[in-house]
This record gives sequence, structure tokens and C-alpha cells, in this order.
Amino acid sequence: MKTIVLPLNEAAVKALKVGEVVLLQGKIVTARDRAHKWLYETFIGKKTPPSPEDLVAYERIKMCLAGGAIYHCGPIVKESKDGWEVIAAGPTTSEREEPYEAPIMQHFSVRAVIGKGGMGKGTLRACQEVPAVYLHAVGGAAVVAAKKVKRVLEVFKLNFGMPEAMWVFEVEDFPAIVTMDAQGESLHEEVFRHSEALFCKLISG
Amino acid sequence: MELIRLTATDLPGDVEEALRQAWEREEEGSPAKSALMTILENVKMARKDSLPLCQDTGVATFYVTLPHRLPSGPVVDLIRKAVREATRLSYLRPNAVDSLTEVNTSDNVGGETFPVLEFAYHEKPSIVVDLLLKGGGCENVSAQYTLPDMSLKAERDMEGVKKSILHAVFRAQGNGCPPGIVGVAVGGDRAKGYGAAKKALLRKIGEKPEKEEVAIWEEEIRKEANRLGIGPMGFGGRTTLLGVHLDFLHRHPASFFVSVSYMCWACRRRRLIWEGERGAFV
Repeated sequence: MKTIVLPLNEAAVKALKVGEVVLLQGKIVTARDRAHKWLYETFIGKKTPPSPEDLVAYERIKMCLAGGAIYHCGPIVKESKDGWEVIAAGPTTSEREEPYEAPIMQHFSVRAVIGKGGMGKGTLRACQEVPAVYLHAVGGAAVVAAKKVKRVLEVFKLNFGMPEAMWVFEVEDFPAIVTMDAQGESLHEEVFRHSEALFCKLISG
Repeated sequence: MELIRLTATDLPGDVEEALRQAWEREEEGSPAKSALMTILENVKMARKDSLPLCQDTGVATFYVTLPHRLPSGPVVDLIRKAVREATRLSYLRPNAVDSLTEVNTSDNVGGETFPVLEFAYHEKPSIVVDLLLKGGGCENVSAQYTLPDMSLKAERDMEGVKKSILHAVFRAQGNGCPPGIVGVAVGGDRAKGYGAAKKALLRKIGEKPEKEEVAIWEEEIRKEANRLGIGPMGFGGRTTLLGVHLDFLHRHPASFFVSVSYMCWACRRRRLIWEGERGAFV
């Protein structure tokens, strides 16, 4: 098990290999479907002009993401008088963000994308170029993950709704496994190819 | 409310036992084994602390069976009230999004689909409520096949049904949070097929279907799916499916649908039986 502290530098990210178990320390930012679309369309594709409030959020998000981590997660968060409390925070399926992830990684210099199910060729290429890694958390293990969130530091775009807002978590020993690395290796591609061959054999048999 | 709390926080024993057996089968030191270990630990923590075991509490789907002549209106009101309360108390994540305005209603109540309510009637005096919480990730990888499908060499027979199910499991890879359970409906129209496939998930793992031949098919399909090697979380491994539950519906001669409802490992279901003044959870 390897401890990695966020933000990550280039050498540290290049040293990570598929199959390695890591424990994350530091800041991670949740982003799922609406957040990805918003980030891409407003600040990269420039399809929609940003509101003044968007511009303020953008500057903060840029700081959090430089060398940092995006977490595909729509948590359950409870508001109390002491602030936000994270109740459940497992990963959501990453492949839906495939159309946006590579440009977002490039634009914000994101060094780690955390999620589940793996991602496609565009993200894998971005992992080599940025460089960055894809980290797989255990899907459904939301209580285990929530216990590793020590504090909610900030939240952006709460008007997207609780699951779709961008929550900035401070995590301690957040467990994940490297399944796509900066050398272009992907466990998901390997499992896909292997199961594809077996599937073809089963249906032709 | 208690039905919702229990369903969201306390994984049924049969599912937990199936996961434990899957954990035993995986290779020592493999990512698959460690994922299952985390899953089992998570199940215990969620139960102990009464916390939703997965943050995606899905679309709450209630199957309500009422005595004949009892109106459903008061039950609808009661369930919606309980859903709002369970959301306020963080047992459910607010998931109801207006597709036109993109606004999240924040209380899991919205139109006819949040929560989903299905009513049936029986001759007994009891009220039976089955609740199923199924997340969006596994719902997204559910699929419907129209046989014959020559891209899969699937004809209108049990071999064709099997190929369709294996294709759904293969295509899902790790995205439906395996090891999962598939509910399958053969026949029906498109809408009823998906509905029955989802309802088949209410059956316990290991509970045999009525017909012996169906039990044999279920077992065969489960074994073949596990040979695909997708494994827990799609990390590669020995267990991709914990169970296959088949249901057969009458169909139009022109149509032969195979509807596959993929359920993640977190198969959260509970039954409440209300008789006289007392309710019991099964």
C-alpha cells in the first residue's frame, strides 16, 4: 500500500502502476454528470458564457484541481450547525464522463481521476499526456469511503442538487486501486479483451 | 419509514452470505478479493451505524399488495410522506430530477416515477409492501433484446435467451457493480418485460423457481457468466454474478423480448407485512 499526498507532482504520478493500492491524503473534488458538462461547456468549449458567480467558482476550482483529483461521486451530505457531514460517498460509474474527461484533465492539470468501472481511450491518452492516473474506488462501499472524509471544505454549484454539486473533501487514507496509469496500461482494457474472447467462444459454441 | 431505513442500511442476509462465499472463492491478494473484503466491511458498518450502505439509493420502488376493495390513495400518501421523511433524515439521497428543468426536487418525490408505486390485490386481509432500492449505475446497464438477434447468433429459444443475458453481462463489464444479480423476463411487451425483470430481483438468492427446468437454466447461465472472468468491480475474477432469476411472460407471436435487469451487489430489498394492527419485516 502506498500513501499519496495531493496535489501530486509529475514524478509521483508516473511512478504509479496498474494494480497498486493507494491511500489518498488531501483535497479531492467531486464532479459527476452536470459538473463535467458545465466545466466543459462554460470554460473549455465556451459554448455557454459564464455568470459572474461561475467565474468566482472557476478560480477556486482551478486551484483545487491543479495537480489534484476529481472524484466521480454523488454523495449523501447532511447539513448540521457545525457544517456539512458526509454520510455516504462511494464512486459513481465513470464512463458517462468520457466525452468530457480528457479536455478537463488537460485544462485543469488533473493528476488523478477517481471513480468506478474505468474509462475509455480518450481518458487513457490524457493519463499519458497530463500525466495522470485513474483510481478505482469500491463501488457501493459508501460508508467506508465516507469515513475517510475528514471535512467538507467547500461546495460549488449546489443548485445542481446534492448529488451533482461539486464538493471539496479533505480525505485521509482514502483507499483506491490504480487501474489506468500514465504508461498507458489499463486493467479495464485487459479484462474487456479477455472477457470478449470468452464471450465470443461461448456464443459460437 | 422504518421499511425505508432498514432497506437502505441493512443488506439482506442471503445477499451478504453470497458475497461472503464469493470472497472465499477469489484468489488471495487479488484486487477482486480486496474489493469483496471492503464490500463486506461496508455492509457491516452500514448496518451497525444505520447508514445507507451505498450513496445511490436509487429510485425507491414499492410493490404494494392490498386486500380487495381497499383504496390505494391513502397508501400512496403514506409512502410519499415516508419517502420525504427518509430523505430528510439522509437514509435516501435526493434523486428526483425534473427532466425538462433539470431541477432536483430535493425530497425524492416527483410525478409518477418518484417513488415508483405498483399495486396488486389479493384475497387476504394483509397488506404486503416490498421495497427495492436499485441504483442508477446498474439500471443503466440493463438491456432488452429482440430475438432473433443474429449479431449474437441468438434465436428464439433458451440458447438465444442465454446468449442475450451473457451479452448484457459482458457489455456491463464493471459498470453495474458486480458481483451482481440479473432479473430476466422472457416475453411480454417491452414495458412489461422490463417491469417483470426488475420484479424478479425480489426473489432471494438461492430460492428456487417453481419449475425445475427453470432452476437448471438459471444455474447454467450463472455459471457461464462467471466464466467470462469480469469479476468483482470488473477487476477480473471468479464471481461476476451471484444469481440469475428468470421469469416467463406470455408474448405476442411476433415479439420475443429478453429483458435483463442488472442489479448491483447492493441488492437492497425488504418486505413489510401488515396484518391487523401489527407490521413485521421479512
